[in-house]
Amino acid sequence: MALPAFAIYSFLYLYPSVSNLWNSTKRWDGVTPPEFIGARNFTYLATNDDLFLKVLGNNFRFALVVVVLQTSFSLLFATFLLKNTKTTIFLRVVYFFPTILSSVSVGLIWLFLYNPNYGLINAAAKKVGLMDDPGVNWLGDGKYALYAIAITQVWFHTGQMVVIYVAGLQQIPAELYEAAEVDGASRWQQFKSITWPMALPTTAVVVAYTTIQSFRAFDLVYAMTQGGPNNASDVLVTLIYNTAFASYKFGYASAQSVLLVVMVVLITWLQRRTLRVNYGDK
Amino acid sequence: MLYKSTKNFLLTAFAFIVLIPCSIVVLGTFKTDAEIYSTPLALPKTWTLSNFRTLFDSGGLITPFKNSVIVSMSSVFITLLLASMAAYAIARSVTISGKVLFFLFTLGLAIPGQVNIIPIYVLFVKLHLNNSLIGLVLVNIALTLPISIFILSAFFKDLSREMFEAASIDGAGHWRIFRSVALPLCRPAMGATGIFLFVICWNDLLYPLMLISELSKKTLPLILIDYRGEYFSSFSMLFTAIFVASIPMVIMYLFFQRSFIAGITAGAVKG
Repeated sequence: MALPAFAIYSFLYLYPSVSNLWNSTKRWDGVTPPEFIGARNFTYLATNDDLFLKVLGNNFRFALVVVVLQTSFSLLFATFLLKNTKTTIFLRVVYFFPTILSSVSVGLIWLFLYNPNYGLINAAAKKVGLMDDPGVNWLGDGKYALYAIAITQVWFHTGQMVVIYVAGLQQIPAELYEAAEVDGASRWQQFKSITWPMALPTTAVVVAYTTIQSFRAFDLVYAMTQGGPNNASDVLVTLIYNTAFASYKFGYASAQSVLLVVMVVLITWLQRRTLRVNYGDK
Repeated sequence: MLYKSTKNFLLTAFAFIVLIPCSIVVLGTFKTDAEIYSTPLALPKTWTLSNFRTLFDSGGLITPFKNSVIVSMSSVFITLLLASMAAYAIARSVTISGKVLFFLFTLGLAIPGQVNIIPIYVLFVKLHLNNSLIGLVLVNIALTLPISIFILSAFFKDLSREMFEAASIDGAGHWRIFRSVALPLCRPAMGATGIFLFVICWNDLLYPLMLISELSKKTLPLILIDYRGEYFSSFSMLFTAIFVASIPMVIMYLFFQRSFIAGITAGAVKG
């Protein structure tokens, strides 16, 4: 009974993943027959490719901003929304809402918000006197573009992480908080000595998921800046896409994909290990 | 007191941060560009559907909408069918082959689907599956099978063995047990997984972008990307298109909030 699923899966998932490895040893423009060049794609990537290094750096900065902001916001809101009342459930539903939209829609909405001339963000900043004309060109300025997209990503997925955190925090026995209350512990002390340590397994899941999502990012970047200006907001998948389908370097793009797989597997492995070391996860 | 007011302030502020951009889109569908730029949050001066009319008269949105519906529905249906069969077989298997299968499928969770764009592209061009909705459905199935099998097999494993054994003593074969015992029991899990898959398929950009170039085969996210160039300075058109592209999801979300949140969250945690 597993046969049909396995047939499609091996033909369109396993086989492509393996052939990626093989393609990464080729010089190949996608049209003429590929030529075997051994590990030269990889040596070039590691030693000679400034663009790749830049994009790798971009992706790490993107991941860092998203992970830090999204995790802290969602933990904060989850502690506020822990109890199941009408209001908290309503707020969770509201916060979760952006998650169901497509990255392209979200990207286009924020294109408007970030618009230097009539976007809501600059308009508000000018009104309260935080910004002078002509205003910041968030997505057109290499200094800001990557972070502007990261903020959009945080807006997009914080609600989803809130829900995950709420599920995790609700596992914490209420007696712990009651005992702390009796002992006169402040809110902050309760958070520091109960919520935070007890929520660590959930935090590990949230951080790992968000990190991996950040390294798989494509849609939002493509919709908002297509990696520009001047590759300032390029991330790994947009780079791989362009290497293959704009520059027609199929072999080289495959080598970049292999590195991406290695990174993602490493992150997953690190997460599993941390969980097992600290909590004896099954 | 301070804690309570800070908390309420932050909660309300974030609710506004989420809702304001969404309201700008909804209100914008009734407005002219000039109104959107000058007063994005005000109510429209006149409630008119002329943006919708312009967009639909140009004929550009109906075909991609249909394509998105066809691709998402068929992908979800076939994936759920194949994944539940595989998950059932894995969960009930007592031999090593079940474990090996499960391991091979979970490999797909570790390898991000995005890295397969090049081999899939080359393969699909060879098979003439580019510029075809069937091609998109096949990609969607392959990409979402691992996570679906992962979620569903965990569910099947929790069902009690005795029930299956009782059915098989009564003379039911594997197919019969699957259809009459296992499937009805896992309807909620299938629903949540189905919604999770639907959101992925409906919103996907990368694979359609790479595989589809013919206008008549484009899905909604692709058309939105086209509109971004075409209507670059006309957010009334963009907002209307975003509204149309999102409305099926929004309606489903309003009706099935619980399954949505459960499905998407299970997919995230387990993936």
